[in-house]
Order: sequence, then structure tokens, then C-alpha cells
Amino acid sequence: MAKKEILSPLPGTFYRRPAPDQPPYKSEGDAVAVGDVVGLVEVMKSFNEVKSEVAGKLVRFLVENEEAVMAGQPLAELEG
Amino acid sequence: MPIRTLLIANRGEIALRIQRAARELGIRVVQAHSAADRDSLPVRLADEAIEIGPPPAKKSYLSIPAIIEAAEKVGADAVHPGYGFLAENGEFADACEVAGLVFVGPTGDTIRAMGDKVEARRLAAEAGVPTVPGSGGRVRELEEAREILEHTGFPVMIKAAAGGGGRGIRVAHDGDELARLWPQARAEALAAFGDGGLYLEKRIERARHLEVQVLGDGHRVIHLFERDCSLQRRRQKLWEEAPAVRLEPAIREKLCAAAVRLAERVRYKGAGTVEFLFDEASGAFYFLEMNTRIQVEHPVTEEITGIDLVKAMLEIAAGAPLPFRQEEVDVRGHAIEARINAEDPARDFAPHPGRIASLELPGGPGVRTDTALFAGYEVPPFYDSLLVKLIARGRDRAEALARLERALAELSIGGVPTTAGLHRLLVRAPEVRSWDVYTAWLEPWLESNRQKLA
Repeated sequence: MAKKEILSPLPGTFYRRPAPDQPPYKSEGDAVAVGDVVGLVEVMKSFNEVKSEVAGKLVRFLVENEEAVMAGQPLAELEG
Repeated sequence: MPIRTLLIANRGEIALRIQRAARELGIRVVQAHSAADRDSLPVRLADEAIEIGPPPAKKSYLSIPAIIEAAEKVGADAVHPGYGFLAENGEFADACEVAGLVFVGPTGDTIRAMGDKVEARRLAAEAGVPTVPGSGGRVRELEEAREILEHTGFPVMIKAAAGGGGRGIRVAHDGDELARLWPQARAEALAAFGDGGLYLEKRIERARHLEVQVLGDGHRVIHLFERDCSLQRRRQKLWEEAPAVRLEPAIREKLCAAAVRLAERVRYKGAGTVEFLFDEASGAFYFLEMNTRIQVEHPVTEEITGIDLVKAMLEIAAGAPLPFRQEEVDVRGHAIEARINAEDPARDFAPHPGRIASLELPGGPGVRTDTALFAGYEVPPFYDSLLVKLIARGRDRAEALARLERALAELSIGGVPTTAGLHRLLVRAPEVRSWDVYTAWLEPWLESNRQKLA
């Protein structure tokens, strides 16, 4: 099975949930389709959805919730 | 208690602004900073710097324990919160007090009273300050909202009690829209502020945004006249002037007196701003909210009064009485501030962090730039997009406008898209020159000038 990665499109702060009191967009083990939102990146107080460009099963997140990320940094690992 | 060492719990241009005021007063400055700001100008220029956490603000500039610990470690006796971050957080003010630190600002109780928009409105009404017709308090049910609307009429704004700064506001034009927006507004207020409380306010069409600068020492309050911040995009100020254009002296006097009454009502201590909506057609003004901190646009007031507001804040925090009497404050000339942000007006103002490849700041008579930029600086993606505050002062508004236009032509920021080009268009726009501007003016103007922004 091929390993794939979802990359951050922008630099900023990564969030796994749409809001603190809501469930995460995706959890480990979930199926991810192309175009599915897997998180948000906050850039200068503006929130941008991270949409997956690959499909597969989410194996694990590579960054913590609310962690600083760089543009192009892998956020999650997929297989399938 | 004299302040010997001040911890600056903020970043960017305002951190530098506070450093300058503190230095002039002979205060040693320690700059608190996140890991992302290690190479920033405020860190380099401070007497000492202390890292308080990783880049995301929540873990650094918004972390009360990290900042209190830093203040204790460096032996600070006072903390200046700047604007944004923890500046209007009552718990932070309390935590400073508990730790034996002077919080440069009002008490936690004052911050909380003004932070609760319903309580602030109640205090304003008590102080005889006109408020926008509306519910006057939290509205529990949609049915209750409908009854209030029989008096105020549409359009009406649904606002979050815990909101502010333009956040959490919806506009309903009829009953159906109200019914649709009500549950959304409640859910959003709960998610954003942890408080689903809502209230209603009549929407004033073509309203201008005026605000009065006040200074209090806990006993006496004075005002430093008003600013006109009507040029906004999505309720974010882009351009501010002082004094307000075409404001009749009798109305100015009433407006400033109203702001002083409210600040006196809460025994205000420090620098604060009382914001109003102004209906130019009728000459009526209505209380919006009070900001219990120094504001981004404070330099225009400094330029027309010659008073250093940040220095006054530090002196008051150290226990000194107000350094001026009301009669000693007068207006000389006119000042305009243009906020240059790292945003791309051609792409719906998308923020754009990145490296400042080159930088040329304007100078000459009547021009002031408040900024922490330097050539080669990497603008981090974690904080707000403000790069430079360009302030032009003149003997009158015409001279201030001419100087602003000239300064904008001198300004050059390479490497990231900025709003400088937008300001170059605005400074020549007939509606800006004649000041036929109101808070909802800019959005349609941007629509019809889309090609010029590309």
C-alpha cells in the first residue's frame, strides 16, 4: 500500500477542529476523499480550510492540534 | 510605586511604541516574545528579552501563566499589555495584581464591565450617554426580540453580548431573516465567546464611527478629543483621522463630555476609548462600546494634541495623577493614519506573510511611521497583518492629505503584497477628500474599483 501525505498549503497554526467545542474534521483511521477538509490553517487571523488532494485511510497526524506549521509541511499520513 | 522595569507583553509596532515611551521615562524595558519573534526589532532594541513560548499566540502572548512567570523572572514591576492579546482580559489584570505587578491599564473589574457589551450599555445609559435604540439588555427568546422590534423597526443588528471589535454581528432586514439568523447568531456567539447571550440594536444607515480618547487616573478623567474611523472594511479600520471632519463644535463638546461621564462612572484609570455611532443627518450620536486599552490609531490623537499617550499611561500606572488638566489639551491641525497591512487587496485582502525584501519608509515634515519592520525581516504568519502605520499631520486637513499622498508615494515595501496601493487610490478618491464616507462606504467602492486594485 502506497503512503501519501497531506501537505499544509500555507504557513500558520494548524487546527484539527472547526471550533474548540466541535469534533475534529478527521480522526486516525477515517477514510479521506479528495477534497475532504482535514483541518484549518490560521494565517494572520484568517482561517483557511486544508483540503486533501489525495484519497486513502488516515494513518496518523504528523503535527499536533494548534501547532505551528510551514507551507509544504506534511500534516497527515494516508495509506491506500 | 515608581516603575523601574517594565515587561512588554506584546509584539510588533506597539511593542516598539511602548519601549520608546518607557525609555524616555528612564524605565528599563524587557521584551516578552514568542519563538517566532526572536529576531524581531523590539527584541533587539530592548534592554532584555525573554522567550515566553512557541509561535501560536495561545501558547505565548495569550498565556497568562507564561507572562506572569516571565515578569517574575526578570524582576519586572509592571506589565504593559499593548492592544489585542491580553490587553482586555480582566483575569490577566487580576493575575498581575495578585503577583504584585502593576498592570498598565484599568482594573480587572473595569475591563470586565466594559467587555460585557450589555453591562457597558447599562453603565452608559446610567451615565446619561445616549445608546442605540434596541433591547437594552440580553434578549432570551426570538419572541421577545419581535416585541422589541415593534419599537425599533428594521434593519436591526443581532449582536453577541460577549462580542466586540465588530465580531459576532448579524443584520436582519425583516422578520423572516431575523428568524433565520437568530439561532445561527446564538450558536456562533456560544462557540466564539463561550457565551450565547444576544442583544439587538437598531442599524443606523450611513453612520460614521467617532471615538473619544480619554485618560483617567482613577479619580479624574479628561478627554483628548475625537477620532473619525469611518473608513472601514468589514468593520476593521483602515484609515483614521483626528479631529473628526465637519463636526460642529456644539456636538463635539457634547460627544466628548459624554465619553468623560462614562469613564468617570467607572472611575477609569489609564487610556481608554469610547466609541460612538454618529448619524450626521440628525447630529445624534450613540454609544457603541468602550475599549479599555491603547488603540492602534492613538497616534493621530498624539499628533493633534502633542500629548504622548503611552507615556501618560505609564505615569498613571505608577500612581501619578493625570499629567494634564482639561484646559491644557487643545487641538492643533489635523492628522490622518493609513494602516499598511500585509494583505492583497486584489485577492480579497488575503493576508500574506513573508520576507520583506526591501523597505523604504517616508520622512519629511509632518510624517510619522510606527512600524517594527526592517529590510530582510520575515513577517510571521501567526499574528496580525499590520506592517506600518503611516501618519501624516498638517495645519489643516488639506495639508494632512497632501502629506499623506506624498508620503505614500515615498513608501516602498518589497516582497509581500500590501494595502499601500489601496491607500494611494483612497487618498485621491473624491468621497475621501470630501469625506462622504460612512462605515459601510468602502465595500461597494472596492467593488466598483476592482480593476484599479489589480
